[in-house]
Amino acid sequence: MGHITLPLLTQVLLSGVLIGLIYALVAIGLTLIFGVMDIVNFAHGEFVMLGMYGAFWGVAYLALDPLVTLPLTALLLFAIGVLVYRLVIRKILAAPMLSQIFATFGLMILLRGMAQFLWKPDHRLVSHSLVEGRLTVMGLQFGGPQLVAGAGAVIVTAAVWLFLNRTRLGAALEATAIDREAATLMGIDTGRMFALAWGIGATCAGVAGVLLSTFFPIFPEVGANFILIAFVVVVLGGFGSVAGAFLAGLIVGEVEVLGGFLVGPAYKTALVLTLLLLVLLIRPRGLLGKA
Amino acid sequence: MRSLIRRLCLSGISLLMTTSLSYAETEIKVGVLYPLTGAAAASGVEEKAAAELAAAIINREIPAPPGLVAGIGLPNLKGAKLKLVFGDHQTNPQVGATEAERLITQEHVVALLGCYLSNVTATASQVAERYGIPFLNGSSSSTPLTQRGFKWFFRTSPHDELFVANFFDFFKDLETKKGIKIKTLGLFNENTLWGTETTKLETRLADEQGYSITEKIIYPAKTTEMTAEVQRLKAADPDVVLQSSYLGDALLSMKTYKEQGFTPRMLLANDTGFIDSEFLKTLGHDADFVLSRDVWSLDLGDRFPLIRLVNDLIRQRNNINFTGSSAREFTAVAVIADAINRAGSTDPEAIRKALAATDIPGQGTIMPWKGIRFDTTGQNVLGSGIIVQVQNAQYVTVWPLDIATHDIALPAPAGTKH
Repeated sequence: MGHITLPLLTQVLLSGVLIGLIYALVAIGLTLIFGVMDIVNFAHGEFVMLGMYGAFWGVAYLALDPLVTLPLTALLLFAIGVLVYRLVIRKILAAPMLSQIFATFGLMILLRGMAQFLWKPDHRLVSHSLVEGRLTVMGLQFGGPQLVAGAGAVIVTAAVWLFLNRTRLGAALEATAIDREAATLMGIDTGRMFALAWGIGATCAGVAGVLLSTFFPIFPEVGANFILIAFVVVVLGGFGSVAGAFLAGLIVGEVEVLGGFLVGPAYKTALVLTLLLLVLLIRPRGLLGKA
Repeated sequence: MRSLIRRLCLSGISLLMTTSLSYAETEIKVGVLYPLTGAAAASGVEEKAAAELAAAIINREIPAPPGLVAGIGLPNLKGAKLKLVFGDHQTNPQVGATEAERLITQEHVVALLGCYLSNVTATASQVAERYGIPFLNGSSSSTPLTQRGFKWFFRTSPHDELFVANFFDFFKDLETKKGIKIKTLGLFNENTLWGTETTKLETRLADEQGYSITEKIIYPAKTTEMTAEVQRLKAADPDVVLQSSYLGDALLSMKTYKEQGFTPRMLLANDTGFIDSEFLKTLGHDADFVLSRDVWSLDLGDRFPLIRLVNDLIRQRNNINFTGSSAREFTAVAVIADAINRAGSTDPEAIRKALAATDIPGQGTIMPWKGIRFDTTGQNVLGSGIIVQVQNAQYVTVWPLDIATHDIALPAPAGTKH
């Protein structure tokens, strides 16, 4: 490798932050669903994929930029999340854990297969978007799409956090997460809360997909690229913890990019998984997980 | 009454069979195994069309374009016709072996062609070896296929090792004929079997031929980001980035190069993702200057009228253009016909001997090769790949220099606009 200079290191460090923010956004939806109802959603990567296709079709058919159609795609994903809850998840709430795993795993295969059937297995790109281009600050270069994606991820995460901590509905959701029966006794409609969790979870993943669509190829299996990392982030941050997922997302992004840069890209996945193992050994509940 | 009808039918069938047997004197059967259904069916169907076109030319059903070796036909077999009997291996090595057995024992083919996919070619050619039937492979590139010590196996296509070796021939030509000196290489390959094998080979050849590798990156296939990879390449800034990626990764790397402000001085890709039809469709002008190895290119027809003429024929018949695979399969049919004709017989051993003595000049084929001549392992030693470059959002042939349709173009140095 060439000379490692301070600007180069800063550049790599900040690039790690930007991709880490996206990981965080994908993982927040996953951790929220798990936190509220103890169900692991294997189809979460497919929500990212649907968000990406939503952005792509907006460009292809309506000639509207992914950022313009973002609110519409977010709404659509919210509806899909609620629908998935009503049609699939509600029926397996009391089922053994294995059935729950198979249900969401099956959903993953179904959504992937459907995308391949309806939209062909081709790789697509959003070639020209509003955020295209590069920003150069003091010799550091940032892709426009990554900057906007990072900012978008921060905004959405903050919104979810504020919703959970500053609104009555959010408090009800948190209450359901902490103690389902007590929440029911307090007059909280837990069914509605579960649907809400799925809606918000799918929206987070979908928005991540839209933000990714301006710089990542779009294809039916794209969710597979992100789901493993999302799981690592959720476990690292602590199951069910939104703040933990945010922190863990940044850490994973940094380990991958900075660690990959310093140690060698061949080892970046190994580095991330080593970190995960270490955290599980020392602190099994994750960074911010509750005991 | 019923049994009478049955007996009549049976005798009718046997009568038909005897007539077809007597007809077989003037019909020489060659078995052809392609993936006609399954994941690779799209390629298999095009290869079948190409093989049928070759047979039609050999059998004088359509006038042969002047200069084409296949146009000679089979004069030494007194007007016998070449009949291709197709088998479908469904991309499955087991099915490939069973189909090879069926074609040999039931159809009595005198030679076998196929199978496109290297792993199927491996099993099907084992069957041919056992029965002592010549097996001519047109388009499988796995190197070990011709290293098995088989007596009956021949391959016209160059293999993976030769393709990678071509990169270094290309560098030599750049230096001696174009005054472009290449000293440092950056390897950027994915981490499945293909990428790691390519890395080993490139490292060995670079060492042998005095190039220094200033950065060697093996990245996890299907990665979510390539920032670290691109930053390391940027820091090393080699004369050439040698890249092996499947489509998704190829697209992501192109995006990341652009966003991280890295313009490789020369990007030489190893086929696959970079010549996928989707690659150019999605990137357009953003792919300009990318170089990739390939086996065949339509623009060769601009320089070689024969390629244009034969491509026109398949377009008229099947409404498709030749691809690297179908052009090689077309050529394989021509080569087996040439061998059968020189053997002057349908005896497998005579055909094998004739194949081993094959000497076809490149101008007589539609391939960008010097010709077809087999070594003792059955490998064609005169084949080579080509290097194409995206210029103005089109693939054009830039190497070998004697068949190039365009001059190589290099991106403007960093800091200047292009």
